[in-house]
Amino acid sequence: MYQAIVFLPLVGFLVAGLFGRSIGAKASEYITSGLLIVAALLSWVAFFSIGFGETPVVRETLLRWMTSGTFSVDWTIRVDTLTAVMLVVVNSVSALVHVYSIGYMHDDPHRPRFFAYLSLFTFAMLMLVTSDNLLQMFFGWEGVGLASYLLIGFWYKKPSANAAAMKAFVVNRVGDFGFILGILGVFYLFNSTDYDTIFANAQAFAAEEPRTVLTFLGAELSQDAALTVVCLLLFMGAMGKSAQFLLHTWLPDAMEGPTPVSALIHAATMVTAGVFMVARLSPIFELSHTAMTVVTLFGATTAFFAATVGLVQNDIKRVIAYSTCSQLGYMFVALGVGGYSIAIFHLFTHAFFKALLFLGAGSVIHAVSNEQDMRKMGGLRKHIPLTYWMMVIGTLALTGFPLTAGFFSKDAVIEAAYVGHNAFAQYAFWLTVAAAALTSFYSWRLAFMTFHGKPRASVDVMKHVHESPLVMTVPLMILAAGALLAGFVFKGVFIGDGYDAFWKGALFVSEENHVLHDIHEVPLWVKASPFVMMLGGFAVAWMFYIRSPEIPRQLAERHDGLYRFLLNKWYFDELYDVIFVRPAMWIGRQLWKKGDGVVIDGMGPDGVAARVQNVTTWVVRLQTGYLYHYAFAMLIGVAALITWSMFSVGGAH
Amino acid sequence: MSNWPLLSITTFLPLVGVFFILLVRGEDAGAKDNMRRVALITTVFTFLVSLFIWGGFDPQNPGFQFEESSEWLGGNIGYRMGVDGISMLFVILTTFLMPFCILASWNSIQMRVKEYMIAFLVLETLMIGVFCALDLVMFYVFFEAGLIPMFLIIGVWGGKRRVYASYKFFLYTLLGSLLMLIALMAMYWDAGTTDIPTLMAHGFPAGMQTWLWLAFFASFAVKMPMWPVHTWLPDAHVEAPTAGSVILAAILLKMGGYGFLRFSLPMFPLASEAFAPLVFTLSVIAIVYTSLVALAQEDIKKLIAYSSVAHMGYVTMGIFTMTEQGVQGALFQMLSHGIVSGALFLCVGVIYDRMHTRDISAYGGLVNRMPFYAVAFLIFTMANVGLPGTSGFVGEFLTLMGAFQVNTWVALIATSGVILSATYALFLYKRVVFGALDKESLKSIMDLSLRERVIIVPMIILTILFGFYPAPILDATAASVTALVTNYQAAIEAANSTALLAH
Repeated sequence: MYQAIVFLPLVGFLVAGLFGRSIGAKASEYITSGLLIVAALLSWVAFFSIGFGETPVVRETLLRWMTSGTFSVDWTIRVDTLTAVMLVVVNSVSALVHVYSIGYMHDDPHRPRFFAYLSLFTFAMLMLVTSDNLLQMFFGWEGVGLASYLLIGFWYKKPSANAAAMKAFVVNRVGDFGFILGILGVFYLFNSTDYDTIFANAQAFAAEEPRTVLTFLGAELSQDAALTVVCLLLFMGAMGKSAQFLLHTWLPDAMEGPTPVSALIHAATMVTAGVFMVARLSPIFELSHTAMTVVTLFGATTAFFAATVGLVQNDIKRVIAYSTCSQLGYMFVALGVGGYSIAIFHLFTHAFFKALLFLGAGSVIHAVSNEQDMRKMGGLRKHIPLTYWMMVIGTLALTGFPLTAGFFSKDAVIEAAYVGHNAFAQYAFWLTVAAAALTSFYSWRLAFMTFHGKPRASVDVMKHVHESPLVMTVPLMILAAGALLAGFVFKGVFIGDGYDAFWKGALFVSEENHVLHDIHEVPLWVKASPFVMMLGGFAVAWMFYIRSPEIPRQLAERHDGLYRFLLNKWYFDELYDVIFVRPAMWIGRQLWKKGDGVVIDGMGPDGVAARVQNVTTWVVRLQTGYLYHYAFAMLIGVAALITWSMFSVGGAH
Repeated sequence: MSNWPLLSITTFLPLVGVFFILLVRGEDAGAKDNMRRVALITTVFTFLVSLFIWGGFDPQNPGFQFEESSEWLGGNIGYRMGVDGISMLFVILTTFLMPFCILASWNSIQMRVKEYMIAFLVLETLMIGVFCALDLVMFYVFFEAGLIPMFLIIGVWGGKRRVYASYKFFLYTLLGSLLMLIALMAMYWDAGTTDIPTLMAHGFPAGMQTWLWLAFFASFAVKMPMWPVHTWLPDAHVEAPTAGSVILAAILLKMGGYGFLRFSLPMFPLASEAFAPLVFTLSVIAIVYTSLVALAQEDIKKLIAYSSVAHMGYVTMGIFTMTEQGVQGALFQMLSHGIVSGALFLCVGVIYDRMHTRDISAYGGLVNRMPFYAVAFLIFTMANVGLPGTSGFVGEFLTLMGAFQVNTWVALIATSGVILSATYALFLYKRVVFGALDKESLKSIMDLSLRERVIIVPMIILTILFGFYPAPILDATAASVTALVTNYQAAIEAANSTALLAH
């Protein structure tokens, strides 16, 4: 069954990818979607049999991968509760996105390719979450990166899409740079990349008498420091994939891809891979207090930073993209303070409501003739009521309205930050509380600008506004059910009383870590603060965009500098362009023309060639200058050696 | 079959093809086709024969297998052949790629077809000879003589600046060859034999090792090529015909790496240890420097040539880590690069044959009319970038693993290559394949023909197969590499203990 879950999407990819042209678009759609639906149903079976059964881990070795010296690694499927949660998230959202795409992409000429890519992505993501060693995780990691690259650049005629695709891949590679070094470091310390070996030895390793275990960049590191270095390197990979502060710039641009892609890859699944990685490696992260502090710092900063940028964006998808970035920050905050299950819980609920928001946005875009600028929307509520209500449910869940999914998971993150012990826990608490207000504001701003007020689209567009077909709205309704219920239903097992029976040791917490217990004992004002913030954000959004819509423009004019700073995303793209992109191109050109051309060639072959030519033309005209003649000179050398050796046969002995 | 001199048969079979080509009379189209067919049949047959070597190869045995030996030239220089886990797969790689080179030249070479095919078949014999020879002099003859057909291929069938390119190629290799020749003489003088297995066990005096190592290094570093003696490669690639580029990148570059493994490490272990920091430095400079240079290229072939230099940086780095992972990774990287860079040059050849230009700016939007081509090029680009699941990843990762154990600075700088390689490779892909097809000249460009698909598809299969299941290669090389590393460590320890005793 587990192999079927992982490999059915691969079958779909191969069928649609290799034979998509011959079997046609319809067949490709039905085959890939059908296989994904089966895989999704099986995932739920796996989820219940692992999460609520007795067996903690199922492991199936498929094939030997690499062996060299003491290093050996296999292709393996490992399913424990953490994996089972991810299987459910990945396959459910993927199946719904497949189905939704049948409607959304219905007039695209390249549908077989699109569905092949979607299935390829799903397969890679499943390989990532079912990995039993760091190398296979890296395989899935890069596989989803490839699929993301292909899907962002799906409309390859658009230069902006191609640029965004390349940017996504390269920025992710910056993170991978750290990830690879982290894997090498783990292997160096534990002589293995298999989780079980690493986890079994990690605690004993950290408890040993301090000694130098790793010399990293000239510094001699003892166990604690070595683990910190390794964790931070691995976290660098997580930062790239999960678009954390400093490596976030690719995510908003990734919105160039078709909207279902944004929902699947850039909201619900791939971008959460970093969160999954840290949770999976909790047995080593838990041992490094410093690394955890850094995770908290980056998570909190991202949560706040992305929310501020989200306030002023006008592209409907970009608002949701920044919201994703911000919510990922929340998850890292939870990880950083040791609440691994809280982070995974938020990952789980977020997948539902964020996929819902993105697919809802897709439905809106579909309705208004592919317009994405919210300034050209407005007043759509009456025309597409079903989409409107679905979006409202998604917004309620995202902002943490009581009893929706986000309410349980997000509040738990904020409370965990409050009770966290590391140096940045309080910083994280205040920033996540502030971000909660900002989240509420930009979410309702999106809803109001899109659906309320007077229509700002052209009459022509408004005439064509229509509700999406069932094939698109049914996935919305299923996700909406998840966004409403997932928190309420699963809170107990993820972070409540059912914790031990459910996780069965899939997440490691040290004995000093009482976060899950402590969050129940926070003061009332802490418990209430996210709710108050949500109300505040809603009220301001209502003031700004329903009651007196002239306020935002006045505010923007009065605080022009701040507005531009936010609108231009804190100028990160411009900054990176100046620091990295241009210098790299400039240095490349210089090294080529000056380094290779003037210095090496000038001193070497060209200089010598000039001398040789002088000599040959000047002294004797023995040589014709043809190459073959030079080649013979070499053979003469060989002949000389042979002759010499034959004459000296006796002499050498 | 087991008593047949398989290595000699494989080595000299192409010369039989030469003989038949010489028999073909006439210059008309039919005669040319016959020559092409003879060359193709010969190379395919050679490949099939060579598969018996892999089939009969015992991966558990670290020593030389299929050994042949006979008296020649007065007893000291012998005709000795044999392969071990380090050399065997290079033989297979050579025989595997040759039929594709002949196929790739089918239509693009119309001038002097007879000479062209003869040059390639002779080249094949010489290249296989390099990897099979177990005698120093034989090795040297094959090693140096192999350059002559290559000079000719570039100089006769090359592009506009072919004379400059082959001249540069020659000048670079000349110095190395001469120094190596002197070193050979010195080795013979000291050991009294040119038998390679004997020399490996000989144990040269420490002072002598330094000079011998440097002399061999001069030759191998140019072949690799290592920074800063790499500038011949881009010019040679740009001017060479497609099949010439394939052989150059896939096989000739590997001779340097093979030389390090066959001579420098086992014969001069002390010098290798002493010079390892130098090699590391040059390797990481190569990785970063040439990747940056690749970023600025405007010519497709030059870009791939520079990326080859960067990839060879991983190879030299891996070899001199003297760890099993490093050396096996380097071997794997060489074999994988043989397939991937060969395939990339074939891909460039495909569009060059159609448009007769290598300027990146002349292309754009090829995916619109050439979807198959776009897929193939994407797979090889990703293998070049080192995506897991392609063969490019395994070698790169293992060499980095070796480096990390020896020196984290080296590993850190070398790992930055994964960012740079993604940048230049995807930048190239974006400019050539993606985008709208606006250029008038490209509007009628055709997708891969059947012949081209026959060339490309096997390469795709191998690239992906060895990415997921590299075991056939890793297993074949394991025993010999372990023996190499163990002997090396033993030599170093022996030297250290004598040094201690002397004090």
